[in-house]
Amino acid sequence: MDALKRYFRSPAAVIGLILLLIVIAMAISAGWLYPRDPLSLAGRPLIWPFASPRFLLGTDNSGRDIAAQIFYGARISLLIGGVATAIAILIGILVGAFAGYYGGWVDNILMRITDAFQTLPNFVLLLVLVAVFGSTLTTVTIAVGIVSWPAPARLTRAEFLSLRNREFVQAGRTLGMRDVKIILGEILPNALPPVIVYASVVMAVAILLESALAFLRLSDPNVASWGNLIGLGRDVLRVQWYVSAIPGIAILATVLAVSLVGQGLNDALNPRLKSR
Amino acid sequence: MRILSLAGRRLAASIPTLFLILIGVFLLLQMAPGDTVDALMAQMGGGDAATARELRKFYGLDLSIPAQLANYLWHLVRLDLGFSSIYGKPVASVILERLPPTILLMTASLSFAFFFGLVFGVIAARGVNRWPDTLISTLGLIFYATPSFWFGLMAIVVFSVYLQWLPPGGFEDIGTVQTGIWRVLDIASHLVLPTLTLGLIFLAIYLRIMRASMLEVLNLDFVRTARAKGLDETHVVTRHVLRNALLPMVTLIGLQAGTMLGGSVVVESVFSLPGLGRLAYESVVQRDLNTLLGIVFVSALLVIVVNFVTDLLYARLDPRISADS
Repeated sequence: MDALKRYFRSPAAVIGLILLLIVIAMAISAGWLYPRDPLSLAGRPLIWPFASPRFLLGTDNSGRDIAAQIFYGARISLLIGGVATAIAILIGILVGAFAGYYGGWVDNILMRITDAFQTLPNFVLLLVLVAVFGSTLTTVTIAVGIVSWPAPARLTRAEFLSLRNREFVQAGRTLGMRDVKIILGEILPNALPPVIVYASVVMAVAILLESALAFLRLSDPNVASWGNLIGLGRDVLRVQWYVSAIPGIAILATVLAVSLVGQGLNDALNPRLKSR
Repeated sequence: MRILSLAGRRLAASIPTLFLILIGVFLLLQMAPGDTVDALMAQMGGGDAATARELRKFYGLDLSIPAQLANYLWHLVRLDLGFSSIYGKPVASVILERLPPTILLMTASLSFAFFFGLVFGVIAARGVNRWPDTLISTLGLIFYATPSFWFGLMAIVVFSVYLQWLPPGGFEDIGTVQTGIWRVLDIASHLVLPTLTLGLIFLAIYLRIMRASMLEVLNLDFVRTARAKGLDETHVVTRHVLRNALLPMVTLIGLQAGTMLGGSVVVESVFSLPGLGRLAYESVVQRDLNTLLGIVFVSALLVIVVNFVTDLLYARLDPRISADS
């Protein structure tokens, strides 16, 4: 309760939450407000925003409604961001927990692999994964998750290292609990809060990674995503710059919302750090 | 000397990592649909199965996968990255041609982000919770959330299309042949927008870290001592606080090297710069897997080298590091 009160005392965190709720509302209401396929032809191409009452945000180079694509794009961004983050956090927790709990050669091997993932630029690895497995919605989501796990893994490992010899863990061992039970049932709940807060950073980066991929036309072309629309608008950038500008603002707002909420949660859960 | 041996040991420890990456990506690329010969045949406009078999034999693609891997690593030790069938040149020379623009871009962006991150971080920390801090911190949050490719496009619209101050893309003006200082100025004007675009997100990160680290150091005892002995505020900040507050910034250079290289893929595509990042993108689109693998190797190597330099810098800034271990 205290944490909740602290959260709402920070204006930045409240703004972030409102922005995030707007984006979520857009994603939910997309099908209801725009029942037609957002990628189908809707009208004359390249109508400027506010020029036609039918198309509030105008139309793109192939005559598709930009507003509809923005609403459906919210779905795609939240979906890819959410699922990729879940994948990254899950792998990160598994790797970090085992490395931190067992130490020794297990730690050594797992950290070598983590090092390898961190040494290779994540966007380059993303390109390799897309080159190999193709660019459908599923493969892109999984690929973004796979390139994002090392940081949560390191964080989980650090938490486990500091917790693994605490008294409650030793008590568990003396009681004859199995390792898996100690790791998942005893240590993990205590190690989880910072990792969950860090998930907001992972999600912000995941959304940016996917939109960059889509901009380069290496993501799924058959869904209405903000990155796709920016890439499309690039062809008419000189005059009809709004085609690229509008979805960019949507990405900016979403990433900003996610990071503000994450920061707000962090400050609310660790009040002592707030004064810094 | 101890600094060197310490950094050297970390460098040696990264060699297994490099091999792990190469083996992993090599095996991954085996799963890709189509190989070099398919790409080559497609470029020649098709051919019969016998020619394909000949070519596979010529490139060593008829061997088993472990044998191909051993072959690749053996060639790699002699700095031979294989042959790019798309460019018709050895991969090593294709990459070498594309390396200078990327390194130039990365160095410029890093300097831009580091310098302004430092300045803004110090200003924000000095006026903590007053309007300069609020303004700078808000801008930092917005920059952090801005997709770089979108910022690049909007910068092109404003500075190249409307104001016509700067060229919208390319590495240099190919219409006219320039030499000496004019060529340098020409390249510099082409790199202004890409540098800002790539550096923006790092500027946001650096200023946030610099602010936090300044605030941390400003509360330490030696700062109070410095103030107590009557030093003026500027002196305290520049001579005592800054040097200590810089340490996390330097660590960050090493940590962000990979992200920056990844970001240059996107930025080079926006501004059609003929760099490594654009080559990575092209090799994915053209299915030039040999070149892609070469880029993976070179970019990992680049990250390792940056980290090595960062280690040296770090030890130079903080003598305790080489003394402890």
